[in-house]
Amino acid sequence: MEGAVSKTSIVALLRDAGAAALVAALLAFPLLGFRLIDSAQGLSLDTRLIWIVYAAAIVFAGRFLFSLARVLYEARPRAVARPKVAVPGRARYIVGTALIAVALLLPWLPFADRNIIDKATLILIYVMLGWGLNIVVGLAGLLDLGYVAFYAVGAYSYALLSQHFGLSFWICLPLAGLFAASFGVALGFPVLRLRGDYLAIVTLGFGEIVREVLINWGAVTGGPNGISGIQRPSFFGLPMVPASPDGATTFAQFFHLAFSPNHRIIFLYYLILALALATNLFTLRIRRLPIGRAWEALREDEIACRSLGLNPTMVKLSAFAIGATFAGFAGSFFATRQGFISPESFTFIESAIILAIVVLGGMGSQIGIVLAAFLLVGLPEWFRDLEQFRMLAFGAAMVLIMLWRPQGLLSHREPTLRLGGVKPLPVKEAGA
Amino acid sequence: MFETPLDGSVPAFAPGGADGEQRGSMAYFLQQLINGITLGATYGLIAIGYTMVYGIVGMINFAHGDIYMIGAFVSLVGFLLLGALGITWVPLACLLVLLFAVGFTAVYGWTVERVAYRPLRGSQRLAPLISAIGVSIVLQNFVQLAQGARVKPLPPMIDGSFELSSSGNFHVTISYLQIGIILLTVALMAGFTYMIRFTGLGRAQRAAEQDKTMAALIGVDVDRTISITFIIGAALAAVAGLMVTLYYGVIDFYIGFIVGIKAFTAAVLGGIGSLPGAMLGGMLIGLIEAFWSGYFSIEYKNVAAFAILVLVLIFRPTGLLGRPEIEKV
Repeated sequence: MEGAVSKTSIVALLRDAGAAALVAALLAFPLLGFRLIDSAQGLSLDTRLIWIVYAAAIVFAGRFLFSLARVLYEARPRAVARPKVAVPGRARYIVGTALIAVALLLPWLPFADRNIIDKATLILIYVMLGWGLNIVVGLAGLLDLGYVAFYAVGAYSYALLSQHFGLSFWICLPLAGLFAASFGVALGFPVLRLRGDYLAIVTLGFGEIVREVLINWGAVTGGPNGISGIQRPSFFGLPMVPASPDGATTFAQFFHLAFSPNHRIIFLYYLILALALATNLFTLRIRRLPIGRAWEALREDEIACRSLGLNPTMVKLSAFAIGATFAGFAGSFFATRQGFISPESFTFIESAIILAIVVLGGMGSQIGIVLAAFLLVGLPEWFRDLEQFRMLAFGAAMVLIMLWRPQGLLSHREPTLRLGGVKPLPVKEAGA
Repeated sequence: MFETPLDGSVPAFAPGGADGEQRGSMAYFLQQLINGITLGATYGLIAIGYTMVYGIVGMINFAHGDIYMIGAFVSLVGFLLLGALGITWVPLACLLVLLFAVGFTAVYGWTVERVAYRPLRGSQRLAPLISAIGVSIVLQNFVQLAQGARVKPLPPMIDGSFELSSSGNFHVTISYLQIGIILLTVALMAGFTYMIRFTGLGRAQRAAEQDKTMAALIGVDVDRTISITFIIGAALAAVAGLMVTLYYGVIDFYIGFIVGIKAFTAAVLGGIGSLPGAMLGGMLIGLIEAFWSGYFSIEYKNVAAFAILVLVLIFRPTGLLGRPEIEKV
């Protein structure tokens, strides 16, 4: 052990950390060393050069300790390298079942208060969106940077349909999915012939267009103020209110319960849980159907697919439309949960978070997405007190997790179907 | 601070108060053309950063728009710093700030590549993109925390303009600042094209673009070439940031996002990987935006720009000047 960290290597590490500190000082000089103050007299400059020293010191210490830890870790006595055992399908199955059981029991657990169920609902929305986007990105291999547009279409469809036509949530839900799917087809038809990165930028542009239309088309969408007073969901026609204004039986009366606002919270939780599990079940099943196989085949090799007679545009379009449908469902759930929607909720950052969940989870892995949603949505929710630093830490976490595990937390990208138990060759995943 | 009178108005992007008759006139068209070219010059400079990185590394450097935003902020700090030091002769101040902004923003570009992209080279295609989105979020929030979320105004420093023609009470003007922006962009483009065509660095970049392994075998330091590519991209974005700070006079920490998307749109429109294409795409996006807001409504100008992009891609999937890519099995 002592040999590993010799004097020369310590000096080398210090020098390396010194270089990093110098760069940090250069980065900090213009933006941390000075602060722009705008007052009535105009803009002036506040000098606080000591911050440069702080930044450099933090980077120096961090870099040095990190490199030292890495040297020590790599020099540790190692046992004979064991072949890595992949998590077998059975273990995944057990973990998945256990997670579902916990999710089902959550509202009845002793520590579960209103706050925790609310947060769990939020995480489940992202799990559902992640599973929906996974169909597009993970299975079909299409990079969609504007997924939030379909989410917005679903939310606004529900809000407008219920406000103007008085339709209930259960009628609007499939309609919202249908509208989102139509948008998916309308967008996908012209652009799906494009190569991956062109598709990414067009979908990103589409997401911005939808948001801009929502902001500017005030007559229909309420403009930047959004739509408020959206109808809350009913339990199959039984409203969840203290007393029904028109004398209809309320949920609490029907079941002879004392009214409690928690009923709605718990109901919403089970609603999104059911929607998310439906998405999951759908994905798991459709992977075994010809269309699901076609998606995965297309992701692996488009030219081979075309030579086998698959029509790539139709295959991609179906993935796009189905992914959009689930975003539409999630959107109408979002609208009914919030009771208020505005274009603010559908910014690019939402698309980025959903995509990050899919990629961090390990593309195509269903459990990985749950894990990533916990990390990216759940953890920041618990640190709301540090509001200012929340997004900074979120961005940094995205970079760090990617550097730590570029293949995702649980990577699972093998095709569902393989010829007679042949061990797959290690797939080169460079973007050829 | 600066001995500039506040009466010189901020160059208006879409001259308001143009009535229907003026809209139909040639003069009005000419004015929009000038505005559009100015705007297009800045988009073009940013688009070069996207197209170069995409050409060599094959990734969308999503944080490039935020590098431009950093450039704008560094320029603003530079101007105030010079004001504090007593350097108020405008041409000298502009030159010094240009160097200041280019230098420090280049460090940001280099660091981003070194920290967030280089370790991911050779991993799956989406990993660098997610990392880049993370960097973009970090840079935005860093600037927001360090400099505050409020819009930062800078009083106009370069005013005065040439009057090209006037019809009735509508004057076609081109301001000194607009001339400066267009001239600087043309000069940078010329120098840049020369560098890519005729210098060793340019040859190394073109070699790395074609085949990184082969380039390394014949002695090109690929890592270094990629680093320099990011530095150049950040420097050009810093120039654009400086121009926008002077032209619009207001910046905030969020300006990088939408401009970044539009500049990338410009790069795709022109054919990604092609440098003249980036400039052409930038000009087109700038002109579309200027004419759309001049003749129709200012609200949907971004929609117009994206709609044109989709149309071009349907009929020319590789962009206007892009080479068709041959997919190998």
